[in-house]
Amino acid sequence: MNDMQLSPTSRSKINRIGLTKADYRGNPSTLCQGCGHNSISSQIIAACYELDLSPESIVKFSGIGCSSKSPFYFLNRAFGFNGLHGRMPSLATGALFADHNLKGIAVSGDGDTASIGIGQFKHLIRRNLSLVYIVENNGVYGLTKGQFSATADVGLTLKSHGTNPYMPVDIAWEALLGHATFVARSFAGDPKQVKELLKAALSHNGIAVLDIISPCVTFNNQDTATHSYAWGRNHEVALHELAFVPPAEEIVVDYQEGEDKEVVLHDGSSLVLKKLDRDYNPTDRIAAMRLLEEANACNCLITGLIYISTDQPSMIELYNLVEKPLNRLGEAELRPVKATLSEINGQMFQR
Amino acid sequence: MSPIEKSKNPELSINAQDRVNLFSITVATINGSGSQTSNLTLLRSIFGMGIPVCGKNLFPSNIQGLPTWFTIRVNKHGYTARSESHEIVVAMNPETFLRDCDDVFPGGSFFYADDIKIVIPRTDIHLYPMPVKNILKESNTPSNLRDYLANMIYVGILAQSLGISLPGIQQALEYHFKGKKTPVELNYQMVVSAFEWAQQNLQKEDPYSLSPMEVTDNLILTDGNTAAALGSIYGGVQFISWYPITPATSLAEALTDYLPKLRKDAASGKNTFAIIQAEDELAGIGMAIGAGWAGLRAMTSTSGPGLSLMTEYIGLAYFAEVPVVIWDVQRVGPSTGLPTRTSQGDLLFSHYIGHGDTEIPLLLPGNINECFDFGWKAFDIAEQVQTPVIVLSDLDFGMNQWMANSFEYPNESMKRGKILLEEDIEKLSGNWGRYRDIDGDAITYRTFPGNMNPRSSYFARGTGHDQNASYTEDPKEWHDLLERLKMKYKQAKRWVPEPVIDFQENYSIGIISFGSTEPAIRECRDMLLAKGIGTNFLRVRAIPFVESIGDFIGKHRVNYVIEMNRDGQLYKLLIVEYPHLAQLLVSLAYTDGLPMTANRIKNMIVPREEKNNE
Repeated sequence: MNDMQLSPTSRSKINRIGLTKADYRGNPSTLCQGCGHNSISSQIIAACYELDLSPESIVKFSGIGCSSKSPFYFLNRAFGFNGLHGRMPSLATGALFADHNLKGIAVSGDGDTASIGIGQFKHLIRRNLSLVYIVENNGVYGLTKGQFSATADVGLTLKSHGTNPYMPVDIAWEALLGHATFVARSFAGDPKQVKELLKAALSHNGIAVLDIISPCVTFNNQDTATHSYAWGRNHEVALHELAFVPPAEEIVVDYQEGEDKEVVLHDGSSLVLKKLDRDYNPTDRIAAMRLLEEANACNCLITGLIYISTDQPSMIELYNLVEKPLNRLGEAELRPVKATLSEINGQMFQR
Repeated sequence: MSPIEKSKNPELSINAQDRVNLFSITVATINGSGSQTSNLTLLRSIFGMGIPVCGKNLFPSNIQGLPTWFTIRVNKHGYTARSESHEIVVAMNPETFLRDCDDVFPGGSFFYADDIKIVIPRTDIHLYPMPVKNILKESNTPSNLRDYLANMIYVGILAQSLGISLPGIQQALEYHFKGKKTPVELNYQMVVSAFEWAQQNLQKEDPYSLSPMEVTDNLILTDGNTAAALGSIYGGVQFISWYPITPATSLAEALTDYLPKLRKDAASGKNTFAIIQAEDELAGIGMAIGAGWAGLRAMTSTSGPGLSLMTEYIGLAYFAEVPVVIWDVQRVGPSTGLPTRTSQGDLLFSHYIGHGDTEIPLLLPGNINECFDFGWKAFDIAEQVQTPVIVLSDLDFGMNQWMANSFEYPNESMKRGKILLEEDIEKLSGNWGRYRDIDGDAITYRTFPGNMNPRSSYFARGTGHDQNASYTEDPKEWHDLLERLKMKYKQAKRWVPEPVIDFQENYSIGIISFGSTEPAIRECRDMLLAKGIGTNFLRVRAIPFVESIGDFIGKHRVNYVIEMNRDGQLYKLLIVEYPHLAQLLVSLAYTDGLPMTANRIKNMIVPREEKNNE
């Protein structure tokens, strides 16, 4: 049984656009039993269902690796493209220009993003493409059976590869430094938080980077590794308790006044952050940097919404495109009339 | 010895009549000194006299400081290939002075800046020292612009010496500066000063002159990259992602220049296109393939090193059947090679690009008008066959100035191929699968994102897939898929342009080529005919090869395959396609970075034919 198979009761329920959760399902997963990636796929299904998104308005993208197989395991009714290793961001950029009404969900891994893909990842971020970019981060290469990835902890020992001598790439840090407009970190073993962050990311107008620690149950699940379940559970420090409020719903805050912060997203929805043990403002970029650095110092896994900026235009908005999706334009709109060519010929150097 | 004494050499007696509108000018300057404006002004003003010209820039891979040469071939017969002889040489660069002097054709003319104090070792050429510094000093031009205006001095002196009128120069300058008054005026005044100096001081001794003709009427002077950009726009290009690389950069720049003028929705003023400068070629091709997959007419433009980087993604697009157009404006490889020199070295690589069994249709423009025509045709072929299409241009076309006919508006409507929108899915009554061959022609029906029919979606991938695009490792599925892709590739024959053929029954020699060698071949065939060697000619315009190519080969005792690479790449493709005709094919491949000349081809063919006649 994989995580996506739904119980008969959830089948019968429908959302505001008349779809059941089963309409958001993908194919059966072929990943390992207990893989954190499957849990994330389940939360993508739940988030899209609960947000009443039509699956056809979403396009899925991935690169190469275990993580990149997972888009096949959710949203069968959405188009998807499994691109090249580390180069899915460019594929997604081109595809999303075809129809500005579409929302992209990209799934990558730590190998795909932090090694071969670090260049395209950084450029994707600086362009602020409206795309939910999930890194299923396990610090290891699973599909080639357990080599170090660039996010592996320094000092981590793997069976056939000895001890990793290098510092890890911190994906949330890279995203923040690259001016990502939405940076979050979560833990696959915390499905509720993953879902709330996904919902907020799907409503964000711009790039939304979600670094989700997703333990590899087969090759990197030593209790001391930061990408393991045991470590994650013991060291997770949530920034906030999250509650995502869709635009159509009344905002009901179930905790004390003065303890919550509301972030309004472009579509009118909002993310309510319930203060836990510290006063953290995710719209402050410097504070976010300090937070990540402190977390590293204290060996903590900081989870939650680390940074958000809602006032920057997304990439496609910068291109002043016609209202009709580009991929629905016909010859009349695409081929300039004959007279224009005579004019151009006339502008060339002639006797 | 003074220049005048030297020029009295008896070797200098050439019949002046033979040299009217029949010579080459080579200008040697320092890169970045503004000489391009001067050279284009000369070229355009000669063209403006109705005389056939062709301008080639032999420039260094450098912004400022290295030597650069510009050649203008003036030819009343209309030959536009590079000429090997330099009848008139203008030397403005001390560094190359002796070499430039050595290049002058015996009896030719050597114009040089007289501040270059180097002893001239030749007595068989006409010498014209030009007092560049004096003329500059006496002009009232701003001192900070003098370095740039220095090159206008040879324009004025050559104009006076050869017979170019001042109004002709002015027209060329106005075109160059798009009518901007100040630069036109500054440059023109410098030309006039030099022209007047020549009138008073220059004693013409050489036989070279210009006389107005009428043969450039209705022609335009332009370059292949501009033509390619315009052709793509009239082909409805919607998405361009590119990365700068010589010699392809000006193609994307022409798109950037023309698209806002031609492709804004009239009512809203909004764009029907997007052009993105990617972070590298890896991303350039990735974006274009994403856009092509999602239903846009998408393209990128690059040169050899960029194409190497794009290889993996093009392989994916071939396998996932994504239409996309790639322009490769070829420069000299391997490796970084010679970035500013021309070649036809990417033919085999482009055709078989990618690992595994891969074959890509190629379009091979052979003149500037075909750069325009193939610009729009490439999209029709890519979308109908659902494949990447590579258009192979080269630096000689892309960056040099050529005479061309006015661009012709596409004579057929856009062909988008087999696309299913929402309602079309239902018509196929459940039989649709992205890779299911319903029509038996190996071309399947595609859908793209934004299609709201829940049954329209599929998951594209570079991994093994079945007819519904699901992952499979089934041996038969894999075998059948590769066979279908091969059959589909061959369907391109239905739409690719036929070769250009010039054929007479009584000739037993065929010449076969592609791309930019045609002007040299045309001239060479006239030379050969004058020696009693009649030849037929076929120019390949696309791969896959069509039937008429094999027919042509079979009709000749021998077919010489002319191309600008080392290994005879077209020759190799021909013998693979026509193994039974291999003994009729002879490879004459040559590459040195310079455009092909008639003389070189003649020197390759004549000894072989003489041997054959022994």
